[in-house]
Amino acid sequence: MFQKGTLMATIGLSFFDWLIIIIYFAFILGLGYYLKRFTKSQEDFFIAGRKNSAWVAGIAFLSANLGALELLGMTGNTFKYGMYVAHFYWIGAIPAMLFLGIYMMPFYYSSRIHSVPGYLKLRFDERTRVLNAIAFAIMTLLVSGINLYAMALVLHTFLGWNWDVSMWISAATVAVYVTMSGLLSAIFTEIIQFFLIWFGLFLVSFLGIVEIGGIKEVFARIPHSFSTLWSTSADPTQNGMVITWAGIVFGLGFVLSFGYWTTDFLVVQRAFSAKDLRSARMTPIIASFFKMAVPFLVIMSGLVALALANDPKSGFVLLQDGGQVNYDSTLPLLIQRYYPSGLIGLGITALLAGFMAGQAGNVSAFNTVWTYDIYRSLINKNASDEHLLWMGRVATVVGIILSVGTAYWAKTFPSIMDYMQAIFSWVNAPLFATMLLGMFVVWITPAGAFWGLICGMGSSFLLFLAVKFQWFDPVALTLSSTASDMAANFWRAWWAWLICFVVTIVISLFTNKRPKEELVGLVKGLTEENITDHVPFIKSPGFYAIISIIILIILNIYYW
Amino acid sequence: MKPIWYFVGLLLLFIGSVVTISGLYSLISPPAQQKIFTNLHPDIWWGLFMVVAGLIFLLVNRKKTVQ
Repeated sequence: MFQKGTLMATIGLSFFDWLIIIIYFAFILGLGYYLKRFTKSQEDFFIAGRKNSAWVAGIAFLSANLGALELLGMTGNTFKYGMYVAHFYWIGAIPAMLFLGIYMMPFYYSSRIHSVPGYLKLRFDERTRVLNAIAFAIMTLLVSGINLYAMALVLHTFLGWNWDVSMWISAATVAVYVTMSGLLSAIFTEIIQFFLIWFGLFLVSFLGIVEIGGIKEVFARIPHSFSTLWSTSADPTQNGMVITWAGIVFGLGFVLSFGYWTTDFLVVQRAFSAKDLRSARMTPIIASFFKMAVPFLVIMSGLVALALANDPKSGFVLLQDGGQVNYDSTLPLLIQRYYPSGLIGLGITALLAGFMAGQAGNVSAFNTVWTYDIYRSLINKNASDEHLLWMGRVATVVGIILSVGTAYWAKTFPSIMDYMQAIFSWVNAPLFATMLLGMFVVWITPAGAFWGLICGMGSSFLLFLAVKFQWFDPVALTLSSTASDMAANFWRAWWAWLICFVVTIVISLFTNKRPKEELVGLVKGLTEENITDHVPFIKSPGFYAIISIIILIILNIYYW
Repeated sequence: MKPIWYFVGLLLLFIGSVVTISGLYSLISPPAQQKIFTNLHPDIWWGLFMVVAGLIFLLVNRKKTVQ
C-alpha cells in the first residue's frame, strides 16, 4: 500500500466532484437518522430485526466483502499476478458461498444465534466461544484500523487531503450512523455502496477496453503467463502468481475460501438478518452471482493497466514507493486517466463508500461479538434487553476509537498492511476445521474443538513468523521449488487447517462427548431435514446453487 | 419503512443529475486539461443512465413499505 515517500499524483476535484461527495455524506447520515426510529430493541440493533429479504441480505453479504481495500488491492494484484487473481472471485469464493447456503445455514439460522461464536457455545462450550470471540474482535479491530489507515492514505496521495482530517471525518460519520441504527444502517449503506461501486467503477474497465480495442486485444497485449486461469498451473514458473494448481485448490479454494465465507462473522451476520430460513439460505447463493461478475471491475481494469503499461506510447506508469512499484496505485491512476470532472467525484465517492461501508461492517460485527460473546458471556450474564442495546452503542463508539488508534499505529508501522491476509489465516482457517467437524461429526468433543483451535491458530502464527524471519525456506511450506508471498499465504492456511482438523479429531477420541440430545439442531444427522419440503424445486436454494456452479464451470473453462 | 431500493433510486437520481450537469457544463466551458475520450462525453450519457436507473427504482418502490 501507499507508504511514506510515495510519489503523489494529486487528482484535482471540481465543484461538481465535491458536490457528489457532500451529497453522499449527507445522504448516509440522513439515512442513519431515518432508520433510528425503527431500531428499538437489541434484536433490531444487532441483527436488523431478522426481517431482511434474501436480496437485501444477499447484496449486503457480498458488499461486506467488497470494500475499497479489496478493490484497490485486487486491481493492483491483477497488475502484479495477472488473470490468476480471478481465482479469488471464482473457485476461491463460489463453492464456499454455495456450501454455506446449502449445508451450513440450516444449523446457523435454526439455532437462532446472534453470532458465529454463539454457535460454538451451543455446539461445544463457553471457552471455545470466548476464544473465538476474542480472536475475532482483535482481528476485526486490526482490519478496521488498517482499512481506515488505507483510506486516509489514498485520499492523501491522490486528492492531497489532510491525513488526520479525512480519517476522523470518515470515522465519525460511520460512528454516528452505526450508533443510531446498528446493523440495519450498516446493511443499508452496504447496498448503497454496492450500487455506487458498480456505477462508479464500471466505466474504468469499459473505457479501458474501448481504448485498447476490445477484450481480445487486451488479452493479446499481455504476457501468456498473465492471461490464463489454469493452463499454466502445473508448473509454478509458468504463471504470474508462481503457484501450482494444488496451492490454488487446497489453500485458496478450500481452506482460505471456506474459512472466510462460511465462518467470518462479518459476512455471515448478513445472512442472520434474513427474515426466514429460505431467505438466509438464498443470501450467499444470490451473492455468488454478483461475486462472479466483480472481476469485470477489478480483474479487467488490472489487465487494461497491464496492457497500457506494456505500451510505452500510452504514458501509463504506476507510482513508485522508494524504487518499488506501487501496485495499489493502479485503480486511482485509471480513474485519473479516463474520468472527467463529475465522474471523478463519482469514482472517488465509490471508493469512499467502499471504505466507509467496510468500516461500518467491521464495527457492526465487533459490537455484536463484544456484546453477546464477551460482555454478556463473561462480565454481565443477566443484562437486560435495554442494557445490551446501550452496550452495543457504546461498543460501536469504542470500536471506532480503537480502530482510529490502530490506524495511527499502522501509520508508524506501514508494513502492517502486508499482514492482512495473514491475519485472516490465523483466525479463519483453523475455525473452518472446527466448524466443519462440529456441524457434520457428532462425536467431536468440546475439549477437541478448543485445543484443536488453539493448535491451529498457534501453528498458523508460528508458520507466519517462520517464513517472515526465515527460520526455514518457504518452499518447505509450498511443496514446490519456488513460491510467491501469495502462494505461501495459501499453503500456510492449508497447514493451519490440517493441524486444527487432526488435533480436534485425535483429542475428541479420548475426551468426554456431549449427549446427543443436547446437539439436536446443531449437527447433521441429529437435525430434521425438511427445510425445503414446501418449496418447488425451481424456487429452492439448491436449484439456484446448481445454476451458479454451472456458470462457475463455464467461466473457468472459457478462461482456462 | 421505505425499502432500501427507494433510497438507492434517490441517490442514483441525485448523483446522476450532478454528473450530467457537470458534463453539460464542460460542453459550454471545456476544461483546460482534456482526458482520453472527452469527445465521447461519457459523463453526459453515464449521468443520464444513472438518472434513468434512479427513476426506475423510485417509481417501482414509491408506494412500497417494508417491516
